[in-house]
Amino acid sequence: MHASFPILSALILLPILGAVLITVVSNKYLELVKLIAMLFSIGVGGMSVWLLASFHSHDAGFQFVSQHEWVTSWGISWHLGVDGISLFLVVLTGILFPLVILGVDPHHDHKRYLAWLLLLEAGVMGSFLSLDLFLFFIFFEIVLVPMYFLIGGWGYDKRVYAATKFFLYTMLGSAFMLVGIIATAVIARHDVGYLTFDLVTLAEHASFATNTSRWLFVSFAIAFAVKVPIFPLHTWLPDAHTQAPTGGSVILAGVLLKMGTYGFLRFGLYLFPAAAVWAKPVLLTLAVIGIIYGAIAATMQVDLKRLVAYSSVAHLGFIVLGIFAITSQSLTGSVMQMVNHGISTGALFLLVGMIYERRHTRQIAELRGIQAVAPIFAATFMIVMLSSIGVPGLNGFAGEFLVLIGSFQSARWWTIVAATGVILAALYLLWAYQRVFHGEPDEANSSFAELTLREGVLMLVFIGLIGFTGLYPKPMLERIEPSVDKLVAHVVSHSDYKAPTTPQITKVGE
Amino acid sequence: MVLAETLQGPSIPWVELIPILSLLGGACFLLLIGSLVPNWPRRGYSWVAIAVTSIAVIANAIKWNNLYYNKGATFFADAIAIDRFSVVASITICLSVILGALLMSAYLVRMNADGPELYALLLTAAIGALVMVSANDLIVLFLGLETLSLSLYLLAASNRDREQSQESGLKYFILGGFSSAFFLYGVALIYGSTGSTKISGIGQALSGSISIIHADAMLLVGIGMLMVGLGFKVSAAPFHVWTPDVYEGAPTPVTAFMASAGKVAAFAALMRVLLVGLEQRVDDWRPVVWALAILTVFTGSILAVVQTNVKRMLAYSSISHAGFILVGVEAAGHVGGDGIATAMNYLAIYTVLVMGSFAIVLAMSGTTDGETNLSDFKGLAKRRPALALAFTVLLFAQAGVPLTSGFVAKFAVIKSAVEANSYVLAIAAMVAAVIGAYLYLRIAVSMWLEEPTSEAEISIDPAVVIVIVLAVAATLIVGFFPELLLHATRLVRFAPR
Repeated sequence: MHASFPILSALILLPILGAVLITVVSNKYLELVKLIAMLFSIGVGGMSVWLLASFHSHDAGFQFVSQHEWVTSWGISWHLGVDGISLFLVVLTGILFPLVILGVDPHHDHKRYLAWLLLLEAGVMGSFLSLDLFLFFIFFEIVLVPMYFLIGGWGYDKRVYAATKFFLYTMLGSAFMLVGIIATAVIARHDVGYLTFDLVTLAEHASFATNTSRWLFVSFAIAFAVKVPIFPLHTWLPDAHTQAPTGGSVILAGVLLKMGTYGFLRFGLYLFPAAAVWAKPVLLTLAVIGIIYGAIAATMQVDLKRLVAYSSVAHLGFIVLGIFAITSQSLTGSVMQMVNHGISTGALFLLVGMIYERRHTRQIAELRGIQAVAPIFAATFMIVMLSSIGVPGLNGFAGEFLVLIGSFQSARWWTIVAATGVILAALYLLWAYQRVFHGEPDEANSSFAELTLREGVLMLVFIGLIGFTGLYPKPMLERIEPSVDKLVAHVVSHSDYKAPTTPQITKVGE
Repeated sequence: MVLAETLQGPSIPWVELIPILSLLGGACFLLLIGSLVPNWPRRGYSWVAIAVTSIAVIANAIKWNNLYYNKGATFFADAIAIDRFSVVASITICLSVILGALLMSAYLVRMNADGPELYALLLTAAIGALVMVSANDLIVLFLGLETLSLSLYLLAASNRDREQSQESGLKYFILGGFSSAFFLYGVALIYGSTGSTKISGIGQALSGSISIIHADAMLLVGIGMLMVGLGFKVSAAPFHVWTPDVYEGAPTPVTAFMASAGKVAAFAALMRVLLVGLEQRVDDWRPVVWALAILTVFTGSILAVVQTNVKRMLAYSSISHAGFILVGVEAAGHVGGDGIATAMNYLAIYTVLVMGSFAIVLAMSGTTDGETNLSDFKGLAKRRPALALAFTVLLFAQAGVPLTSGFVAKFAVIKSAVEANSYVLAIAAMVAAVIGAYLYLRIAVSMWLEEPTSEAEISIDPAVVIVIVLAVAATLIVGFFPELLLHATRLVRFAPR
């Protein structure tokens, strides 16, 4: 729309090109392979930052739209666009991948590892940018393949089991969504006049009968609930996270899970507003159960990585709570929290990965007194952990606070229960920190190495992001809010839902 | 004398028969010249088979072009229907013959047993298949079915050094005989109740334009028996039991041909009988197809999970594919559905996938044609990365992963089902596809994530390379640009009655 250069298409195609290049370069030139991966991922990261810079902050609609016909007989087009809801997820993807590629060493088969990572990046970008149901499904589903091979090829002991479970679980969810997508387009043909899978056309012109829209919403919701994951569909997540290589875990937690919550916003609320309002109580309840259950399960873990994995279940519960509270603040908070969780949990997984590299164990019981031998490492861990807990001044706070404040207006009792989750988060993380870092180091832990320069620089980027969004979230809010307000208005005008009219609360950062 | 004067034979438009005649000529030529001239150049037989099949493809392509503005017609006293449906099915079968002949040449060269017989049988099997897809008379259909089946029995048993091959041929022969009997009895009963063996004639009789004897029970039993007979050929559950044994035992190129051309022919016949002949009885047969489809997708995908032989795995996966095609057939039974087009689309895509997959199995199966256990595929990515990658693409396509032709096939069929309001069927088929995906993942795990058990050099015949490259290219091209294929299959229609 604004630029003649198709930047969104480039964001998807560039990593694919990189992966193809890596595949054709011989294994002998390992340094060249690494250089290609680095250049392409940094290139995509740079473009996503440029996208952020040239994004019009007060425009609520889709920007940089690119649309080309693809499968004309089915009404499918290559339709991409970005708005305030997807913008920061795209940027997060763009930033996280180069960090993973530069910062994590897969130890073997670098070539295939890097090719899969770049393909994964293309798939994730595509999911966040697609404005066509068919196109979205393709990216949503194709992501499974690289992730499957990353977990299966570079993971830990039970990697094949975890990878297969991840693949089949997610594919089962998508199976329902595929039927739902087709049914949406077919049924909407009467209203629209022709067969189309275009999201915007469907959302603006189709009007489904009450029951129809509920069924369709459910079919989408199953796929997203598996991806998020929402209790009780979360059982694949601890396995996949624990067995995945560090890089895989960072991407999985950082961006892949967000495809589910993003899906709820983009394809749940936007496409089936009335049905989403109808399903609100169920999803709010499941979200709150997820928060409490995730926190309790995390407290009980003996494996540090599994603990972080369960903390994700809790954090994503907050995001789902915010989405289905359907107020401007709660949705803004949810979008922020998606990005913040990506940063802090991504960083936590990186740190846990570093611990494993040094000690070859993740059992909390075998770690002790690391603070004494590696104070900088401990301090880094502390900052990241506090951001994950949601301490004011760090990024986790702004999102969580907005979610709670927004949800309190429309879903009071759920919010009250959810708020205890914040305390539980402090409990399990601080307790874990205490066991791992405090005390006297025993023999095995006394040689725990300090952060290396490379690791330090890597973590500094994360800490920079944590500090910046924590102290100055305004630029982010400015860009998210118009789109969120528009979405809430869309829900209100397409259903009998009334957004709460409590006095506007002063926004954080103003 | 009187008879000879009054009985007028139908006029014979030979042009319409060019595909069948060229295959027939090829088969005779191979057998005659093959036995007269002993020393043929290497792979010479296969070139003859490929050449005559190419003529058939070209003839069909020209027919397709002519049929663009009309819907086709019936010839030979309504015994043969040449319409867009039969032309697309014929082209698919001919492609399968060409790829099958390439695989056969690789197989025979490796076995050191090059000879004309198997190619001749391949061509006669193809003749049977071509007759089946355009038969507009149940008797002609039966002739085609038997020509196809008899050739396949022999082909399946053709490896005399391998016991499983003999067993496979015999098993297929006995069970196939049963199914033919069912089919024939069904034809008799339908003839008894409608007074016609012509498929379009049956349709007219049932729609009431011609007075019929009211023999409802006889007709229903006949329909049932016909469906048993054809259900056996498409390996729909519960008539699928022969499939894994026969697929495992038969020589790999024969399995590939059986799984592709055999299935296309049987499905084409099934669709023509149900949708042209028995259209008026759609409420009777549609629930049966519905149940068969659900049973077949689940049987195929669940039983595949416990297999350890890749050929058996692919056999079960072919059963679950048959279930998906039945979903399309069920959708075709609803008013306004495009199930015919999407089922044909599925068949065309599936033919290429199955050919490519068995080509890789052939490359791996060693000189005994028997090393096809899952453990033989362990660590293939380390031994032959390109081969492993090709197999992965084909397997993921069969699983229905996007950007492959397999996804296009599944998407189209599910779309037909949804348009026909068969939501339960659509969801059941997708859930079964997820269960089925486990099978493909297991093979992928073996290839990519496990260590090789043998370091033996895998030598791949150039003919096999051609088949694999073509199959993978078609899989990806159709996956990225589905419009290319959809444009053709969308127009598939039966000849007007």
